[in-house]
Amino acid sequence: MARSRFLPDTGLTVRMTTVMFLLGGLFVALIVGLMYAFPPQYAPLFAIGGIGVAFYQWWSSDKVAMRAMRAREVSPAEAPELHGMIDRLCALADMPKPRVGISDSSLPNAFATGRSPARSVVCVTTGILQTLDAEELEAVLAHELSHVAHRDVLVMTVASSAGILAGMLTRAAQFGGMGMRRSSNNGGGTPAFLVALALSLVVYAISFFLTRLLSRYRELAADRAGAHLTMKPAALASALTKITGEINTIPKRDLRASSAMNAFFIAPAVAGVSLKTLTSTHPSLEERLEQLAKIQAELSRPTG
Amino acid sequence: MGLWHSLTGRSRVKAPDLDSLFAVPSAAITLETAPGFKPLGSGSVCYRAPAGAAYAAAETDVLALLRAAPDAPEVTVSVDSFGFTWLVSSGDPLDTGGLCTDLHAVNTTLTEQGFAGGLLCTMVPFADASGRHVGLVYLYKQGTFYPFAPKPGSGQERDNLLEMSVRDTLTGELPMEADLQRWLAIWGAPGL
Repeated sequence: MARSRFLPDTGLTVRMTTVMFLLGGLFVALIVGLMYAFPPQYAPLFAIGGIGVAFYQWWSSDKVAMRAMRAREVSPAEAPELHGMIDRLCALADMPKPRVGISDSSLPNAFATGRSPARSVVCVTTGILQTLDAEELEAVLAHELSHVAHRDVLVMTVASSAGILAGMLTRAAQFGGMGMRRSSNNGGGTPAFLVALALSLVVYAISFFLTRLLSRYRELAADRAGAHLTMKPAALASALTKITGEINTIPKRDLRASSAMNAFFIAPAVAGVSLKTLTSTHPSLEERLEQLAKIQAELSRPTG
Repeated sequence: MGLWHSLTGRSRVKAPDLDSLFAVPSAAITLETAPGFKPLGSGSVCYRAPAGAAYAAAETDVLALLRAAPDAPEVTVSVDSFGFTWLVSSGDPLDTGGLCTDLHAVNTTLTEQGFAGGLLCTMVPFADASGRHVGLVYLYKQGTFYPFAPKPGSGQERDNLLEMSVRDTLTGELPMEADLQRWLAIWGAPGL
């Protein structure tokens, strides 16, 4: 039997799975903590609330993202090249064809979203169409299709549900604290809303770093899968170099408008701040290029 | 691909289904008797050629293998505008079986070199007496066939009625692709 040139990156999978379990544990810890702070029968309500908001974000992800990016869906007649590329990649990967959108933005970027592979949208900006050549654009599309195949929208929303719940509780505790001051604090000890506030702040902080870490791992996994799909890691490498180079040269003020969408972009639009490596949604360019170089070496290694 | 593989980000390129190709010769006979389409004697394999030295060696092997036979077909290699490589073998129109063996040899060689993931489709063109062409396309990853019939003389328009009737003719014989969205338009495919 022929060997495959696909080398699974066990280290990456182990790190990614560990982070996902930690995020799940964090959610459970938050619920258990709230069971102590409040009467235990409220805990399911909190859990359902957090999961409900996450579920809504996941369910409507395609519509919300398309609207946020002011993207419109294009038909095969309007964008034959783009559709042809996606048709071929989907036939190669044996996955359902996503809808295709174009966003009128000069930022060179692309994103994929949608609740399931059958209901997903792959969207590119007019900027990326002007910046990249056909081969590089195909590599970017393969990266985005890998996000779809990996169900990254689902994974990232589930992963952020602990953070979402903690964020909701922080707000609720700030407002609720004023009303509850008279009624709840009657026997000394710390009032429940203070415990909830402290707990949710801690959970929010931990969840923030863990989801960013998970996002970087998912990007690396999508790079791998995309490069194996097109069999041209070099094309993705040059696309990434072009995109990150262009994005960082564009003034910051224009970039803030898209910051809500950063986690789904192929390259982040916001230039780095301090703590960059811990808080960025995407791995560094060097890290991504290094991985692509490894894949290229494996693809061109002659059979011995 | 299982759910666990997608959740852990370990999707891998699907392995192609190579054996259905040998059902083509009997389908060719059906096409010749019922709607009157005759094979043109050529056939092509469309795949993504990976960058690097390993593929260059594999291509040399394939070409040497195909040209070694005494009644060797004419073999050409070209790259289309989407960056996919078309390897075309053209020989005796009466010998569809030999053609399929040749195409299978290409597939097997690429698979042995670890490039199975790059196989996109294979296409065998047919034509009738009035000059209409139809390509019988096999999708490796789906393991299904579909017809592709460009309208003669008109830019990029497909003869959908002809495609449907070819599909209906061959339904009992070959696994035909049920999802019309997967019927890739392969404009400018060599041999059509």
